[in-house]
Formats: sequence, C-alpha cells, structure tokens
Amino acid sequence: MMARGLLRFLASLLALAICNAASVSQPISDSHRSAAVDVFLPLDGSFKSLEEAYEALKTLDVLGIDKKSDLSLSTCENVVKVLGSSSSALKDLFYALSVNGILKCKTGEIVPKDIVSKLQAGAKDAKLLLDFYYSVRGLVLAKEQFSGTDVSLGDAEAIFRSIKALSQNDGRWRYSSNNPESSTFAAGVAFETLAGVISLAPSEIDQSLIQTLKTGIVKLFDSIQKYDDGTFYFDGSEGPISTTASVIRGLTSFAASESTGLNLPGDKIVGLAKFLLGVGIPGDAKDFFNQVDALACLEDNRFSVPLILSLPSTVISLTKKEPLKVKVSTVLGSKAPALSVKLADALSSKGSSVISNQELKFDADSATYFLDSFPKNFDVGKYTFVFEILLDESANEKAYITEAQTKVPIAATGAISIENAEIAVLDSDVGSVESQKKLDLSKDGAVSLSANHLQKLRLSFQLTTPVGVVFKPHQAFLKLKHESQVEHIFLVKTSGKKSELVLDFLGLVEKLHYLSGKYEIQLTIGDASMENSLLNNIGHIELDLPERPEKASLPPLQPTDPYSRYGPKAEISHIFRVPEKLPAKQLSLVFLGLIVLPFIGFLIGLTRLGVNIKSFPSSVGAATSALLFHGGIGAVLLLYVLFWIKLDLFTTLKALSMLGVFLLFVGHSTLSQLASASNKLKSA
Amino acid sequence: MVKSTSKDAQDLFRSLHSAYSATPTNLKVIDLYVVFAVFTALIQVAYMALVGSFPFNSFLSGVLSCIGTAVLAVCLRIQVNKENKEFKDLAPERAFADFVLCNLVLHLVIINFLG
Repeated sequence: MMARGLLRFLASLLALAICNAASVSQPISDSHRSAAVDVFLPLDGSFKSLEEAYEALKTLDVLGIDKKSDLSLSTCENVVKVLGSSSSALKDLFYALSVNGILKCKTGEIVPKDIVSKLQAGAKDAKLLLDFYYSVRGLVLAKEQFSGTDVSLGDAEAIFRSIKALSQNDGRWRYSSNNPESSTFAAGVAFETLAGVISLAPSEIDQSLIQTLKTGIVKLFDSIQKYDDGTFYFDGSEGPISTTASVIRGLTSFAASESTGLNLPGDKIVGLAKFLLGVGIPGDAKDFFNQVDALACLEDNRFSVPLILSLPSTVISLTKKEPLKVKVSTVLGSKAPALSVKLADALSSKGSSVISNQELKFDADSATYFLDSFPKNFDVGKYTFVFEILLDESANEKAYITEAQTKVPIAATGAISIENAEIAVLDSDVGSVESQKKLDLSKDGAVSLSANHLQKLRLSFQLTTPVGVVFKPHQAFLKLKHESQVEHIFLVKTSGKKSELVLDFLGLVEKLHYLSGKYEIQLTIGDASMENSLLNNIGHIELDLPERPEKASLPPLQPTDPYSRYGPKAEISHIFRVPEKLPAKQLSLVFLGLIVLPFIGFLIGLTRLGVNIKSFPSSVGAATSALLFHGGIGAVLLLYVLFWIKLDLFTTLKALSMLGVFLLFVGHSTLSQLASASNKLKSA
Repeated sequence: MVKSTSKDAQDLFRSLHSAYSATPTNLKVIDLYVVFAVFTALIQVAYMALVGSFPFNSFLSGVLSCIGTAVLAVCLRIQVNKENKEFKDLAPERAFADFVLCNLVLHLVIINFLG
C-alpha cells in the first residue's frame, strides 16, 4: 500500500513543486484528496488497528471523501467488539469511541454504563499523562455518543491538578511524574486532556487554575521555531509535523472549552498554517493525518482563523492579455469572508516599483480576485508582486487573520520582435562586405554563402521587447555543422543596441580542424520571458580552409552509431621479442655427426695401442667392488644426463651426494686393491 | 738447402716418433684422450663460427668441458709418469681417483651451465 502510494506522492509532489516554485502556499486541493485515497484506503479491506482506522477515517472525513461501505462494516464490527469486551484497554476504548464518532456504528447491544464506569475508574487511577488523555477524552466522546447516560468525572478538580502537576516552567510537559523527559508534543496532549476535563465539569474548575494554564501557553509559544519565509512550527523528538499538530489540537480544544477566550499571536497562527500547507502532500499516513487534522482544527477555531492567499498561475502573458487571478480561502479551501485584495507593489528585478496600490476586482462566480490592467510600461521579465488583504471587520463573527504582506514571484512573458537580422561575409583587411543577405527568422531559410579563411562572417540582429527596450536573451547560439557531422557552437553577444557575432576564420582555422566544405548554419535564440523562442536553420556556408599541417589535431571522430562505443574495441597487436635466428636443422645434425668422429678416432686409437683389461681383478670381492666402481661412475654420468633433461639442481645434488659417498667407498677399495696388487708385482 | 731442410724435418719427425714409441702405454692412452678432447673442442668452435654464438652458455659449456677434461688428463699424465721425480711417492691409483673426482665435479658444473 505504501509503495504504490509513495510513487504517486512523489509525482504529485513534483507537480506541485513545479507549479509552485515560489513561497506561495496553496490550500488543500483535489490532489490532496486523491493522494489520501491512495494512502488511507487499505488494499485488503480492513484496518490493522483502531488507531490506524481512526486516523484514516478522520482524514477522509475532513477531506470530504466517501468511505467505502464494506470498509465501514468491517471496522464497525471491530468497534463493537472492543466496546463490548470487558477486558479492553483504555487506549482501545478511546480509539473505538473515536471511530464510532465518525462512522456512527450500530451499537444497540452495548451497555454504555460499563464503558463509562471503566473510563471513570481509569481517570481516577491514572498516573501517566496518556492514561489521563485516553480516559478523559473517552468520556467526552461517550457523552456525545450515548446521550442518555450520565457521564461525570468524579473529582474533576483533583484530576485537573494531577494533570497540571506534570507541567514545566519552560512550557513543556512531562509524560509522567517519575520520568523527567518532557516534550512539546506532551504539552498538546495535556491541553486536550484539560480541555476535556473543563468541558465535562465546567463549574468545578477554578478560573485561577485556567489562568495559570494561559501563562503556560505563552511560554510554549516562546519555544516556537521559524523559517525565513515566515512559517512557524513546533519541533520535538516526534518530528515537526506531529508536534505542531499536537499543539494545535490542544490549543483549539482548550480555546473551545473555556469561555473567556484565548489570545494567540496572529502572525504565528498564520505561520503555523503556512508550515502545515508547505509540507505539500506528506509521505506517510501519520504525517498526512496530522497535517489534515491540524488544518481542520485551524479552519474553525475560537481564536483566529487563518486565510491563505494563493495564485493558480504565476505567469502573466503579455500576448494573451489574460488577467492575473488571485484566490483567498481558508486552509481547507473553503470560502473566505468579505475582504479586498490590494496589489501594494510590483517590484521589477532591478528593484523599481512598476505598479503600486492597485485594488483587485472581485469575480463572485469563481470567487477570485483579478488584475486585468497593466501599465503601458509593464515589460517582460521577472517581478515580485506584494499583495495585501484588507478584511471587512464588521461583517464577521469569527476572528480572521492573514499575512501582513504576501510576496509572490511573477514572470511576465511576451513576444520579442526580431529586426534587421542579416548575415554577411566580410573581407577581413578592409572590412568591406563581400556578400550580405537579409534573414527572416520567423522560419527556416536557405541562404547560401561562401568564404575562405581570410574572410569573416558577421551575424547581427536586434531584439526588442513589447515596450521597446533592447532585449538581451538568455541563450543566443550560432552552430556550424560540417558535412562530417563535426559541430561548433559560438555565442552571440548582445551589447547596447544590437546582438552581433563576428567569426574571424583566420583565427578559427585550427578550431575548425582545417575542415573545408559545406557547413550548415543554425541559430538559436531563447529566454524564459520570450514566447517566440526560435531554433532555425539559416542556410549553408561553403568554407575554404587551408590544408591541415602535420601537427594539427584531427577532427574528433563522430560515432556512426551512438551505441558503437559499447561494441568491441580495436584489436591490440602485441609485438614480441623477435626470436633468435637458429641455424638450419640439417647443419646442426651434420655437426652432431662430426662431434662423434673424434670419439670414434679415440676408440680406434685405443685398440691400435693394444689396451686390455687384463688387470681386471679375478677374485670375487675385488671383482664386485671393481664392477660397482665402474657402475657408480656410469650412474653418476646417467644422473648428469637426467639433470640436463629434466631434473633440477637440488635433487641432482641430493642424488649425487648419495652416489658420491657410495663411489668413495667402492673406489677406495678397488683402487687400494689395485695398488696392493701392483706393489706385490713390484716387490715380487 | 731445401732438400736438407726437408730431410732435417723428416729426420726430426722420425726421431720424435721413435722417442715417442718408447713411452709407456698408459701415458699414450692419456695422450690420445687429450687429443680427442681437443679435437672435439675445435669442432665445436668451428660450429660456433659457422652459425653464430646464440646460446652462448651452451657453447662455453661444451668448449670448457673439453678443455677442462684435457687439462685434468694432462695433470694425471704428470702425476702418473714414472720419470717425474716430483710425484715419485704418489701412487698412480690415487692420481687416477683424483682425476675421476675432478672430472665428475667438472661435468656437474658443465651440465648445469649447459641449459
């Protein structure tokens, strides 16, 4: 429910903000009503709690929206259940009675005496402010709804005093005597409760007690906060809207209950009303209820009813010659009493007063005031209109209050006349005109010019307001667009009598990226006050520019397809280190063969020398160690081959160390045996 | 004179040859081994001269292995030669063991540098 409604609020809030960009308040309107339907009517047809039901129904009631009948039925069922049950809490009873007050359910079976006695007991035993509130206000509602029953408060003065004991010197109230926490919200609740006590037992409460309350109200107003645009509000931990609404509720019910009258500062009341209206359409149900409930209290109160001045449109069109309409109404949009509206001053943006002391005429059919005649020198532009409202005092029963002066920003628009528009190509040295064409800027043109880089292009025109003053537009651009879609924008400056732009192509050659060819010329003149803003194609100019030198920047590439930037990028060609030139495979193989030759030669030489292995030991022990010796050497060489092919140094070293140790022992034994054998031979 | 020069050369060569034949066989084996190693080195240098020294470490490793083993063989020959008074007390087996060990260490380094 909230998510769906929230989107609508944002949309309507935006709409409200656009048409109400100034500090002008608008009273409650139909957009509020349609938003309320979205917020408060639950999707599944029933309210989650009686408090929620009360808030929703009260808001819809104030705004005058019809409640659906099935919703009323289901809520009434809940109300009757709560009122009939003997175990309902004070809060539930209060809200049930509140809802009943709006829906007027059929409560024939309920015995009012039980409810009343419960509420009376609650009021007598209460210690917390909220308990007092629910019980006392519940009794007030019961008195209204069950007319036959006797509703009396018991010891009203004692109850009054115990509530009053919760007040503080700074105008704020505490929720209970134990808790030192105090708030302005509690002050509003307290005043509502006290108003209830007074209305139930008017003769029992002493006037002096009521007087001390009034000084408390003055202190409360000392804590009011304000914004620069004249709005006032009360702030607290519950938020500004809830706190302000609570105080307004309390003060209006207090003023209604007692007879001597309450004097509250009028400008602050109007400020409070403007604050509540300035919220716009609130974002959640609680704020919405508080806003509408507080405005409903302000609409019809005993001290002073605020009146709001609003404008349906803040734009004056000098061509349409329609009058400026002003509405004065109450905060909920109801009719205001007899009064007159005067335009005290109309200040232009320079500060001079253009209109003063003009009374607005009244149209009874639409209940609006209007100003239809403007002085001859009323020019286009921005103004601040200052309105004053004069109330017809004699005719009123109620006291009405308005803002002293309402300042409204107004924009005046009109048709700007464009004269002497012409475009020319000039020779730069002499300044003489080579070709000149007049322009009709009310429609597109097809002027055809040509220039080279030594010449200049001059565009000039005169803009005049309806009054006859030279007009300086907010936007005046000339765009040159090349055939290759490259665009350049130049500003047309306004000075003195006319607006002029001179393009010196000699200096612009580099900016134009040395692109020669056909350029389309487009002129844009626009301003908020100008009703006939234009964007026209004037024609073409054929530009002859010199050749691009080496170092000049290339024109920016225009994407053929605006989405092409999301496509694949150009492929990067990596440059790798050129591998070394290796010799031909056959050559390497030839030399491999050649290497083997010396080895073969060695072997042949050995055989020629007659080497033999006669001295290879024959005994078993010596033979094995000799074999192991040769085997060990062979193993080491094999290990080296493996090391070259795939092993790493550390595994090789590990294996080598093991083989080496083995070889050491074996070699030692073999060679020592050989040595001893040769020694024996020598000695023998 | 030319004839006497050539005859002298021939005589010189013949005397060298005959003197050399007197050397013991084991020394001749060692000499042959040295000649084999040097030839292998020369062929490697010729290959490098032909194709360029791209994997220079491999070239160095190959050449140094041949030269190193030749040097170690020469050391062995000096130590084993009976006519050498300096190494009279050193047993030839001991010299051979040194030769084998040094060759193994040399070849480990060579293989590591070969790449």
